[in-house]
Amino acid sequence: MTETNIILQAKGITKRFPGVLANDKVDFSLKKGEIHGLLGENGAGKTTLMNILYGLYNQDEGEMLVNGKTVQIDNPKDSISLGIGMVHQHFMLIPVFTVAENIMLGYESTKHGILDRKGVSAKVKELSHQFGLDVDPEALVGQLSVGIQQRVEIVKTLYREAEILILDEPTAVLTPQEADELFAIMRGLTERGVSIIFITHKLKEVLGIAERITVMRSGRVVGTVIPAEVDEAKLASLMVGREVILKVKKGKAKAKGEVLKVENLHVLDDRGLETVHNVSFKVREGEILGIAGVQGNGQTQLAEALTGLRKTESGRVTLAGKDITGKSPRPIIETGLAHIPEDRHRHGLVLGYSVADNMVLCTYYLPPFAKHLVLNQDAVDANAQTLIEEYDVRTPSPFVPTAKLSGGNQQKVIVARELSRDVKLLIASQPTRGLDVGSIEYIHKEIVQMRDRGLGVLLISAELDEIMALSDRIAVMYSGKIVTTIDAKDATREQLGLWMAGSQSN
Amino acid sequence: MVVAVGGQKDSPLLIITSMLATTIAVATPLTLGALSGIFCERAGVVNIGIEGMMLGAAFFGWLAAIYMNTIFDVAPLPSLLVGVLFAMLSGGLFALLHAVLSITYKVDQIIGGTVINILAVGITGFLNRQLFFEKGSIFGGQVPHAPGVLPRLQIPFLVDIPVLGRIFDQQPLTIAAILLVIISHYVIFYTPWGLRMRAVGEHPRAADTVGINVSFTRYANVIIGGMLAGLGGAYFTLESVPSFEPLMTNGRGFISLAAMIFGNWTPFGAWAASLVFGAAQALQINLQFYRELIPDQWAILQNSYVVGLAPYILTMLILTGIIGKTTPPAADGIPYEK
Repeated sequence: MTETNIILQAKGITKRFPGVLANDKVDFSLKKGEIHGLLGENGAGKTTLMNILYGLYNQDEGEMLVNGKTVQIDNPKDSISLGIGMVHQHFMLIPVFTVAENIMLGYESTKHGILDRKGVSAKVKELSHQFGLDVDPEALVGQLSVGIQQRVEIVKTLYREAEILILDEPTAVLTPQEADELFAIMRGLTERGVSIIFITHKLKEVLGIAERITVMRSGRVVGTVIPAEVDEAKLASLMVGREVILKVKKGKAKAKGEVLKVENLHVLDDRGLETVHNVSFKVREGEILGIAGVQGNGQTQLAEALTGLRKTESGRVTLAGKDITGKSPRPIIETGLAHIPEDRHRHGLVLGYSVADNMVLCTYYLPPFAKHLVLNQDAVDANAQTLIEEYDVRTPSPFVPTAKLSGGNQQKVIVARELSRDVKLLIASQPTRGLDVGSIEYIHKEIVQMRDRGLGVLLISAELDEIMALSDRIAVMYSGKIVTTIDAKDATREQLGLWMAGSQSN
Repeated sequence: MVVAVGGQKDSPLLIITSMLATTIAVATPLTLGALSGIFCERAGVVNIGIEGMMLGAAFFGWLAAIYMNTIFDVAPLPSLLVGVLFAMLSGGLFALLHAVLSITYKVDQIIGGTVINILAVGITGFLNRQLFFEKGSIFGGQVPHAPGVLPRLQIPFLVDIPVLGRIFDQQPLTIAAILLVIISHYVIFYTPWGLRMRAVGEHPRAADTVGINVSFTRYANVIIGGMLAGLGGAYFTLESVPSFEPLMTNGRGFISLAAMIFGNWTPFGAWAASLVFGAAQALQINLQFYRELIPDQWAILQNSYVVGLAPYILTMLILTGIIGKTTPPAADGIPYEK
């Protein structure tokens, strides 16, 4: 490796947060015109490293070199002027601004003190033409699809003449087809001399596009590899630090009678728009029905309506033979529903409560936990002890607030609470979002086990791999409707991706 | 004030013209208060302390004018102008307090605003009594003869229009408020300053990632907002009447917040809303003189207090969101955590 074509280098970067060593003597280098994959689990320190590069954090130790020169990056302004651009995982765009306004923000050009909207639009058009990133500068960002918004973000960095592009989990919100388009754009950019750091936890993608891959684990770089020399299993074990079973083991489903029946369901969102439109489906005992779809196509509202957290506009929901339409959560839970909500912090746990208290949130008012008006603390604690062992929750004690646990262990607390009751149906919304590979493995195993015990499982996930690995049948949701329902063994990634993008074929 | 126009023989056109002129004048503190709110909230800081900022500014502006006029023997007009300057400064200082509380210390912004409202009532009430009504105080226990109010400015040519010309015979703060509506519109929607201010109020993190200093932007706009509220306060004691009364802003700060919301956080919208509120107030004022013109079946409107209630009822309805569906800036009232 010659030093001359290295455009960006980080040497011995260390960053401490209270109680955490987020980056521990990290070395990283980026060659001119390469796509360099940065792989690691959540909390491995990828984003911290990139935020240091981008000037959102300052490192405690170590130095950064751009084009061979040591640089001091204190804030995003510094990094922008060094030619570093970043596309954040959660887009940094303002929905009520136009594309041109978003692109020029912080870098405005003016004529007599007045914003030069025309000039910026022309330049945006020119850039989008030059790099094959088709965007309309006059469009309001809030009305664009996620894929197009991502292009706006990329044009935004190019407008600032970025030569180094950091893409943080760019495919998380895209359909497989949109992801392929993004990869084509990335290749086009590198041909024009842009260097790209591609942050991801998806093994397949990074193997497909990166020229080199740096793997991080718990704040350290554990290796830099070339895709030709490794495979998915090897990368996964580098990432996790042990052998990982990537494939979920599951036998054939033995589906019996139906446990959940949804008929012509209509649900409105907070703004009063109909986001679930005439949805009907069934879940049988002993099967997993996966609902695939890009985020924001009504899955959230559907799950909320089924669990009693949101009003249904019209339609009928039957759980285990009982009409639960429009019922509040408690009667639904008592009918036999277990729910792993999408947002575990807001809807899954009371973060300030202890592990023990969170484990009785659905049952605290019943014996043995309730004695008339008083809580039987001994029973609550005993219950917690049992569940912590049974579900392998890593916590210092049952009395620690759940806010202190890692994401994986928080999810285990929810799983323990929900599945330790006598339930007939499990609704799992994005059950592994933001979890590390180890926890994902555990949750997946648990879901399949529940199915084999005869529960009906409704799995709602934006991760196509998860849907395909777990489901027995797959329904695809697009703009509030179930577009299709097929047997999982007939499903291909490509076909599902098309349906997820709203294509009506088949 | 326009109320001097009396008598039963006035033509309806003259009555309407007089009402319009009064409407524009009494809308002034509402317009300035609403602009104050727009600058703060567009940058992401909720400011319910406008009422207090206006009250404080009304007092300190007036006090400065009296000092200049009676203690330093400055002529009335310069004294009044110094008073206006001090009113803006005190509004800016109250806003600085609000900014420190809500931006640096991330105190709940409703509480911060309430603190300012209570503080202003306390300070002005206390100083008013200590300075003017206590024996041995600087003004010897009596309110001095104030330097009067800001003189009327006749807008050339327009005032010469028969009958309607009356509308263009206004005092300086009223004219300034209208100019500031136009200037604010351009600043907010057509300059980099405005773009950044709105960015910070919509999505501060996005602004941060493109190198905009979120704290600075918020501080600056909250202080500008405070100075606008201060100018609105000056209207009460330097333009409307030449004296200060405790609690004299009488809820106008809150009405201006309603005007801001009703106007969907835009200067022209807020101005239009202020004029609607102003019209209700003008109607109440003029009603005292034209009561007998109201037909009998509308007898209830002959009581001027019934009409006087209108702005307050409208304010309650708007503030509770019953009428006027509008969209506030997305990050309005949310402190920015890095």
